[in-house]
Amino acid sequence: MYFHYCGIPILIFFCERVKIYRRNNAISHNKLLFQCFYNRCSAPAYHLILEGILILWIIRLLFSKTYKLQERSDLTEKEKEELIEEWQPEPLVPLVSKDHPSLSYDVVTGPPSHRIIVNGKECINFASFNFLGLLDSERVKLKALSSLKKYGVGTCGPRGFYGTFDVHLELEERLAKFMRTEEAIIYSYGFATIASAIPAYSKRGDIVFVDEAACFSIQKGLQASRSFVKYFKHNDMEDLERLLKEQEIEDQKNPRKARVIRRFIVVEGLYINAADICPLPELVKLKYKYKVRIFLEESMSFGVLGEHGRGVTEHFGVNIDDIDLISANMENALASIGGFCCGRSFVIDHQRLSGQGYCFSASLPPMLASAAIEALNIMEEDPGNNIYIHKNKCILPSSLIYGGFCRTPGLKTVGEPLTPALHLQLENSTGSRTNDLKLLRAIVDYSLDRQIALTLARYLDKEERFLPPPSIRVVVTVEQTQEEMEKAAQCIREAAVKILK
Amino acid sequence: CRARRRKEARRGPRLCYTNHLYSRPFIESFEETPMLVAVLTYMGYGILTIFGYLRDFMREWKIEKCHIAREREEQKDFVPLYQDFENFYTRNLYMRIRDSWNRPIYSVPGATFDLVERSSNDYNWTFEYTGRVVKDVINLGSYNYLGFAENTGACATAAGEVTVKFGVGMASTRQEMGNLKRHEELEKLVASFLGVESAMAFGMGFATNSMNIPALAGKGCLILSDELNHASLVLGARLSGSTIRVFKHNNMQSLEKLLRDAIVHGQPRTHRPWKKILILVEGIYSMEGSIIRLPEVIALKKKYKAYLYLDEAHSIGALGPYGRGVVEYFGLDAKDVDVMMGTFTKSFGAAGGYIAGRKDLIDYLRTHSHSAIYATSMPLPVVEQIITSMKCIMGKDGTTIGRSRIQRLAENTVYFRRRLREMGFIIYGNNDSPVVPMMLYMPAKIGAFGREMLKRNIGVVVVGFPATPIIESRARFCISAAHTKEMLDRALDVISEVGDLLQLKYSRHKVLPSLDRPFDETTYEENEE
Repeated sequence: MYFHYCGIPILIFFCERVKIYRRNNAISHNKLLFQCFYNRCSAPAYHLILEGILILWIIRLLFSKTYKLQERSDLTEKEKEELIEEWQPEPLVPLVSKDHPSLSYDVVTGPPSHRIIVNGKECINFASFNFLGLLDSERVKLKALSSLKKYGVGTCGPRGFYGTFDVHLELEERLAKFMRTEEAIIYSYGFATIASAIPAYSKRGDIVFVDEAACFSIQKGLQASRSFVKYFKHNDMEDLERLLKEQEIEDQKNPRKARVIRRFIVVEGLYINAADICPLPELVKLKYKYKVRIFLEESMSFGVLGEHGRGVTEHFGVNIDDIDLISANMENALASIGGFCCGRSFVIDHQRLSGQGYCFSASLPPMLASAAIEALNIMEEDPGNNIYIHKNKCILPSSLIYGGFCRTPGLKTVGEPLTPALHLQLENSTGSRTNDLKLLRAIVDYSLDRQIALTLARYLDKEERFLPPPSIRVVVTVEQTQEEMEKAAQCIREAAVKILK
Repeated sequence: CRARRRKEARRGPRLCYTNHLYSRPFIESFEETPMLVAVLTYMGYGILTIFGYLRDFMREWKIEKCHIAREREEQKDFVPLYQDFENFYTRNLYMRIRDSWNRPIYSVPGATFDLVERSSNDYNWTFEYTGRVVKDVINLGSYNYLGFAENTGACATAAGEVTVKFGVGMASTRQEMGNLKRHEELEKLVASFLGVESAMAFGMGFATNSMNIPALAGKGCLILSDELNHASLVLGARLSGSTIRVFKHNNMQSLEKLLRDAIVHGQPRTHRPWKKILILVEGIYSMEGSIIRLPEVIALKKKYKAYLYLDEAHSIGALGPYGRGVVEYFGLDAKDVDVMMGTFTKSFGAAGGYIAGRKDLIDYLRTHSHSAIYATSMPLPVVEQIITSMKCIMGKDGTTIGRSRIQRLAENTVYFRRRLREMGFIIYGNNDSPVVPMMLYMPAKIGAFGREMLKRNIGVVVVGFPATPIIESRARFCISAAHTKEMLDRALDVISEVGDLLQLKYSRHKVLPSLDRPFDETTYEENEE
């Protein structure tokens, strides 16, 4: 804009110069400077005056302030006040309709154990993740009680600041020993375990390959890590390899950058949303082929799969050191509260200063840690036997119930026979999620009336990355007898026939 | 640069008694770091860093034995899991004084506790447990404000009964099969304790923030967060996907400027107005010992139609004549705070957290909170501990135990803070805050103070970078109602002794000893330098 205005005088100035130059065209170039001065002296007076004015004009333009074409758009205080007055925020939360399905929780009155009182009716529990029945164990209760008498309930501090109790150290050691890893670290909340572990390692710019069916706490961990997330199709190793290959090509383009980008595969051992097992041996192959680290979330498989209940690694006979980090919660099989991560010290120890849920949260109440220790004792007591398999006289309990459900008309059973938590989905959706849920809820209510406690699998519809279809989740535990399972299968069949028509 | 700005923000004791919003004197002091101390502190870090590099070099060349856990041979050619500089601080600074943290406890974390003795033969890289127990250490570290961390008494008995009857696990979520009657009773009690319509309880305090803020704010919303907010609030704000702007700690001018600018200019780039503005503050800041200027925040929030999320992790139970937290402390109405959040870990001696407020808010959270849907619900013994202790605080158990504990805590706090100031220590924060940070500044003094205190049977928390700004390392005392005057006196004597030994009495403000002046407006002067 500046030169726009300067342009005219400069043009005039040069025209003048050229005129003078032409008049003295005999002058050689190296004498030009002298000639200029000389010319000026010899030029007519009006020339000098004009040039002088032009030069002054240019100097003035150079030093004068720039100005904008528009008026300045700063708001006056009054206008600001008006804007502030005018602004109307949205309500903090939108109104929830009174008949929202998740507003009316089922109310449990007694202990949430095998026999459970739901909405005033005594039922057999097919809903809690109490796989090994340790929630009802007298031994666990007594151990917790004696711990309570020694330590009280709360810890009143995070691990770093006098929140570490000797039982925490014992539990960590026991878990590490049980899983046959170098080190374990405990968190005070199952959900926070993997959600804190992922961002402790994976940072902005790193790449994480995740199964589409990954549970919500993995999704939150990924979000907190701010890493670049690539989803592969559920349990589809070809799709994963495709992504890994894409990344390899990308890396070749920029090898310098590739040397600092960490890569992780995050999978669940036994998917809570899909009720199937991840193909761990293939994952380990891919790990070494493409140099990616594996984080394995085993909340559902810990204590359930494998000869000793060590989870998916034992189930497949994979060397546990090949998995960089295993995380699981102690809320399902161990029937306590909290979660743990285990693996090599090189990996795990880092969380003691970087795991947010570990550093900044009050530690696990000692009585809950003691309960978990006792639960581990029970699990280890019968060496060579996984009680989840053993107690049911070597018949996989879920395969039994699985068979029972497979004959249910209108419902399809999702999950592998080995899994302790199956999903029953509608064979033919009504087309609307709300109506599907209503139908399934009717089946749950029907069963509740007949003393079978079931539950719908709940999700945050808008928050889930890949929302699983609506389903009833049936949990199989060691405490359910064959008759009870048959009764449940029968009951669901009846309900399905009646409600789904 | 940040430290400098903070320094500027903190000039001498600042009083707000003139402000009509405050019903009581608001005395908070953050004495400026003496220049010499600041220089020496930076030098200390400089020397540690130089030695760190030297030792890293020696480790590299195998001159010094290396204790660091190594990557597996099979994975040597993977992209390194940690950047080299990432652990420089841990290796070379933290490791020197690691024995001051994670000290294992062998008893209830009450007014005194027993610690498991440990020793290290390899400069803190590993610890060995000697099998001995250090008995009767005075506990100035646990957040046991009202002394409910007990293994006897009403709370423990009630929790014990429930343990035997119900067990400890829940094995399901609130929305599925983990919603017990007792949970609902707890929530009603919390709501009536706080004087709000409704409340909801969660199993972990940290997760209460990080899993519920995303339900309240989202894209197109603005979150204004205090610069010293707890990690859980920061994480929650980050997970929400909202725009986050940070205002200076407890600085209302800074907050107002952000509010004005936000409403006037709207969202960046699109210039659409913000959907809503959520202010995140804490009641008591656990590292600074400061109390939020709540009356001013509420005035601002009303003026600019923002929403207020108040985290009372440390203040619930610890402030206010009836222990109802910072809202009661200032004599305000709980209805003016949109989201009341707090934890049960501290004053109630349990675990978990709550969110309380209007019924529509809680109803919404019941259906949209990540915690209600995906996280295992609260274990019953913990619920029982909270119910019993809360009833005690409310006087519903028919005794005055709760009331007297609250008074005791307030007295202990004022006494402890006054004595420390008289001794010439620089202590931060509000006169009424039971969190008492005492400045150590130099990195070497962090470890020295922790060790010397433990030698004299007093357990204290010491904190350094990155939990605090780099030069403001500090010790933190948490006062409890369970502390007797004798305990506090003994602790104070020892602190004074160690303070002389380590030359910690930095304060240049002259405090006249034991001047029990009654509050009177003329006694206090605005000290703005």
